[in-house]
Amino acid sequence: MTTFLDLLLGDTLTRLVFLPAAACLPLLLLPKGNAKATKIYALLVSLLELGLGIAYVAARWVPGGGFPLLRDVAHGTGVGNPPGLSWIGAYGIRYDLAIDGISMPLALLTLLLLPIVFLASWKGIEKHWRSFTAAFLLLTTGILGALFAYDLFVFYMFWEVMLIPMYLIIGIWGGERRVYAAVKFFLFTMAGSLLMLVAILWLAFTYKELAGVWSFAYQDLLRLDLPLSTQVWLFAAFALAFAIKVPMFPVHTWLPDAHVEAPTGGSVILAGILLKLGTYGFLRFAMPLFPHASVKAQPWLVGLALIGILYGALVAWVQVDMKKLVAYSSIAHLGFVMLGLLAFDLVAWQGALLQMVNHGISTGALFLLVGMLYDRRHTKKFDEFGGLAAVIPIFSFWLVFSTLASVGLPALNGFAGEFLILLGSFRTLSWATVAATFGVVLAAVYLLKMLYLTLWGPLTKEENKSLKDLSWREMFALLPLGVLMVWIGIAPGTFLAPSRPALESLLSEFHTRAVETAPDEPMLRALPALAIDASADTPTSQDGEGR
Amino acid sequence: MSLPSSVPVSWFLVLAALLFAIGIAGALTRRNGIGIFLSIELMLNAVNVALVGYSRLLGERTGQIMVLFVMAVAAAEAAVGLGLFIAVYRQRRTIDVNRLNLMRW
Amino acid sequence: MRPLDLLWLVPALPIAGAALNGLICLFWPKAPKATATLIGVGFPGVSMLVALAAIWQYLHGTNPAPFEQTLWSWTAGTFSIPIAFLLDPLSVVMLFIVTFVGFWIHVYSAGYMSHEPGYRRYFAYLNLFMGAMLLLILANNFLVMFVGWEGVGLCSYLLIGFYFDQSFPPQAGRKAFIVNRIGDFAFLVGMFALAAKYGTLTYSKIFPVVVGAPEALKEHYALGLTFAGFVALCFFIGAMGKSAQIPLYVWLPDAMAGPTPVSALIHAATMVTAGVYMVVRSNAIYQLAPEIGTFVAVIGAFTAILAASIGLVQNDIKKVLAYSTVSQLGYMFLAAGLGAYTAAVFHLGTHAFFKALLFLGSGSVIHSMGGEQDMRKMGGLRKYMPITFWTFALGTAAIAGVPGLAGFFSKDEILHNTAATGHWGLFAIGLFTAGLTAFYMVRAVAMTFFGKFRGTHDQEHHLHESPWVMTVPLLVLAAGAVGSGWVGIPELLGGGNTFHHFLSPVIADFSNRLPEHAAEQAEMAASTEWLLLIASVLAGLIGIGYAFKLYGRGEFGGAVWAKRFPAVYRLLDHKYWVDEIYDRLIIRPLGAFSRFLWKGFDDTIVDGSVRALAWATELTAEGGRLSTTGNVRSYALYFFLGVLGLFWWILR
Repeated sequence: MTTFLDLLLGDTLTRLVFLPAAACLPLLLLPKGNAKATKIYALLVSLLELGLGIAYVAARWVPGGGFPLLRDVAHGTGVGNPPGLSWIGAYGIRYDLAIDGISMPLALLTLLLLPIVFLASWKGIEKHWRSFTAAFLLLTTGILGALFAYDLFVFYMFWEVMLIPMYLIIGIWGGERRVYAAVKFFLFTMAGSLLMLVAILWLAFTYKELAGVWSFAYQDLLRLDLPLSTQVWLFAAFALAFAIKVPMFPVHTWLPDAHVEAPTGGSVILAGILLKLGTYGFLRFAMPLFPHASVKAQPWLVGLALIGILYGALVAWVQVDMKKLVAYSSIAHLGFVMLGLLAFDLVAWQGALLQMVNHGISTGALFLLVGMLYDRRHTKKFDEFGGLAAVIPIFSFWLVFSTLASVGLPALNGFAGEFLILLGSFRTLSWATVAATFGVVLAAVYLLKMLYLTLWGPLTKEENKSLKDLSWREMFALLPLGVLMVWIGIAPGTFLAPSRPALESLLSEFHTRAVETAPDEPMLRALPALAIDASADTPTSQDGEGR
Repeated sequence: MSLPSSVPVSWFLVLAALLFAIGIAGALTRRNGIGIFLSIELMLNAVNVALVGYSRLLGERTGQIMVLFVMAVAAAEAAVGLGLFIAVYRQRRTIDVNRLNLMRW
Repeated sequence: MRPLDLLWLVPALPIAGAALNGLICLFWPKAPKATATLIGVGFPGVSMLVALAAIWQYLHGTNPAPFEQTLWSWTAGTFSIPIAFLLDPLSVVMLFIVTFVGFWIHVYSAGYMSHEPGYRRYFAYLNLFMGAMLLLILANNFLVMFVGWEGVGLCSYLLIGFYFDQSFPPQAGRKAFIVNRIGDFAFLVGMFALAAKYGTLTYSKIFPVVVGAPEALKEHYALGLTFAGFVALCFFIGAMGKSAQIPLYVWLPDAMAGPTPVSALIHAATMVTAGVYMVVRSNAIYQLAPEIGTFVAVIGAFTAILAASIGLVQNDIKKVLAYSTVSQLGYMFLAAGLGAYTAAVFHLGTHAFFKALLFLGSGSVIHSMGGEQDMRKMGGLRKYMPITFWTFALGTAAIAGVPGLAGFFSKDEILHNTAATGHWGLFAIGLFTAGLTAFYMVRAVAMTFFGKFRGTHDQEHHLHESPWVMTVPLLVLAAGAVGSGWVGIPELLGGGNTFHHFLSPVIADFSNRLPEHAAEQAEMAASTEWLLLIASVLAGLIGIGYAFKLYGRGEFGGAVWAKRFPAVYRLLDHKYWVDEIYDRLIIRPLGAFSRFLWKGFDDTIVDGSVRALAWATELTAEGGRLSTTGNVRSYALYFFLGVLGLFWWILR
């Protein structure tokens, strides 16, 4: 029988998830005064984790094909061999981690951003390096766990685990109003997720009533067919939790504050990954669990997504703080992702998933660059800049490059995602797509304004005349992002292929269920909603069984 | 040994209720810490009376065992409580609870 | 290996050159300057040779079918777009113009920019532009075209803002990019509509279907338009941005803030004609949307006359050429809108030669004047720089429509088609614009090269003919300005109209499916044709003659008219206040609205309600705190009341 320890030591998702958390313990042994040792340790751990992640994926994915659904334990013990390990048996809560084409790109992006965060924080973070490292490592555990969880209770647990390190990162290493921003971030997120917990419990209770046994498992709860009125309420609870994370208008106001106050690394992870957990949640949970409610809510959510696109863009345009501009641009960009998800169309979904990754890359790069400028000048206000291209050409090149990726210039990553989203949405949501396409114009307006106010024009400020250009360390932090921007932009096929089968089956299941009328009483579907993929019988799971 | 059968259970309960009411009144009105303490003991004993009465009515020993427990806990409580009041008195030279309001908002 | 198989190298080489020069520029700033020239001119040069070889092979191939080359594909869901190139008559023409004119402008730049500190950066941008432009014209589907389309927009942004340490050029670049993006927005929407209907964006998969079932495009779609009309309108709005048509032309005059060879290459010869190319490329759709065709023609005609009228009063030599470009682009759309697609491409080709020549000539003048662009401070340059003068004069003659030169044939073709389709109003506008064109161009020649020198003493000492790297391109392009029209001599003048026949495979033929299309092109009597021809020559000659009369002796004769009609002069001088109107009507209100959204809505209402909630919570907590009296007896009372409550709950 497989135990947790077996999983932890094997080549498994469990190891990927818990290695960062476990790596916090040796931090205690590191000398307190020696920040450098901590930095090197952090970098090595993050690189090791990245290597393990790449190795895990590379061993199981045939390039060009789809990425299979893989579970740590495909056939556990108990009646009917449900997957995962029994954790809280009395309530049917099972420790069940799985990866598929939807979570894989986001997980790899997380692992990629982690070493970049440590590299970028090398100089900017001055105090408590050991706690800083621990916070980011725990955060990684939380993110990966939430991405892989196939049991809603486990998902909820990891979802909350993400919250605390981020709260500390903003609150301890942030700017002047860090406490305000951290509390705001915490309260917003918490308010939403508590409602989600209630909805999860509701689902579990309903399942218990119908099936006679407790279960929080994703594949079990997917079998629930609920009356429309129930669906609407439960969907609302899930949607609120995810919408706050995305963030969608009008629950977005925590984001600018959190970004402005967060340290560079915090902003990178926040924008790069945490926001994506919101859209991921819609895709993975809210929509498949409540298909009828999703269809019913579609016009409203599309409206909010559109407002987000246009509103975020307009407000970004008039910002005077560089970081706040980028923060508002995130609201606009995530609006595109939401639009794509709400189209319930394969092309749009593929585009949306790609755009989640893209936004992590290009906005991550922008936050890094803003941070690098902040490290040099200790300000982010446009008034203080202007004409920097003459002094720091390499920095300017990167800023222009990342900005263009964010603007959605063809042949860079942002375009591939936005184009597919809009293309896919046009069929079902024509006029909304037209309005969203106009957001592309506004993106150029505010981002080129940023370039103009920082890089171009005469060099007037005396302090800017002796700025140092990027160091090798900083360039190494940016380089992987730059490579990905071009690669995804030119050949997005490589990045679209792995997620296609997973999205396809999710979508076809969604459509099958959405066309049936919702029942008047809660019902249980006969067959598992998502048949456990045959490919789950990979060497890993067989190993697990053998023991 | 048992009580005469002519004493109905209601007497026990009336006595217990009276004792309890006196205890509550005392606990709420006394300003002296020891006084409040005594009142609480009175309430505990009111419960004891009720327990004994019921025990007899139902012919069960459980109630009497409970009484022993209550007495033991009351004794322990009295010891701790008195100790606390002595400690407080040494510090503040009073055990008037109206003046012991350090925890005020 | 056949040269055709190397077609992918044509765009790849300049892009590689851009990457190489860009990397050296960032990481090896002290690299010898010669390497910049070698890479910057060499890569487009080789690209041109490959292109010429491919064209040669295509034209002499046994099989004249369009050549397609697929590199790789984008695939999402059921939707797949190949990254692929196409060589057919239309792209052959464009390929020749872009590589040939582009290469000579690169050569010229090596001389013109030689004293600039950003020399290497300049070539990196310029090569990138070439790559993007070649992608645009060689694409075999709309997506790759769009990649090039936005790519040239980016390079235009970078090159207009090349002098980034001043404040105006970067602003002009930004304006160009944003105005172009407005057009791109519509282009995107058009593409989505096409893709939603046909599931593909590849020309060779869409157009045959369109020709096979034209009725499907004539059904009502949106905005009261048919499907063809909707797509055509969207594409045309895209073209408005890129090709500077009303109302999106405002960026092009400002784009002159960039270096002059850039204006020649991007803002005259190649990029701005992309819109025309796109309309001609999608002619199958435009033919099914005659109402949009007329709209295109009307916009084109009005742009032509509006820009020409502004050009009359400009004193900056590059501004004259800029408005002239806008005006000539209007001509091309006039033709394209009326279905004379080959005439539009013909004018596009001849215009590329003579307008590039004129811009390079003006660059030569500016170079010699030490950066001065105001024609009022020039004069008499004829004797200092003879080659520049003669080539410039030749270009002027070509654009003015002097018989025998390139512009004569192509402009006449357009006017002929306008009349032949019965649009006499548009014909009149076109004819009048031809006269205006001749007038303002000769005015420019006269102010620059005739009369006496009006600049400072220092400038006069400095005047010189440009070095050979600059004059050789002038001579080559001058040859083009003379001869490029000869490929399309109309049958009326004894030519075979070769150009028209060469391009005809690209023009969708609906005569089988929709007989009414065939009837439209009514035959004209030869005498009428002669009359039209004479009229257009006369218009040009009158313009030339009158300009010489007013300005020929180095005087500003136009001042007479300015005095007589001061209101009109002010209107033209201020370019009809279009920039100001846009600023007041769109930009400022939108800015104010955005600030309201930020401060008034985001901070006050959304965040305010959150803060109100927090405040309410705090208030409740403050109130509740009062219950903590610190008095044991009050706690006992709460306890007592609680117990009473419980009893009530249980016993009720």
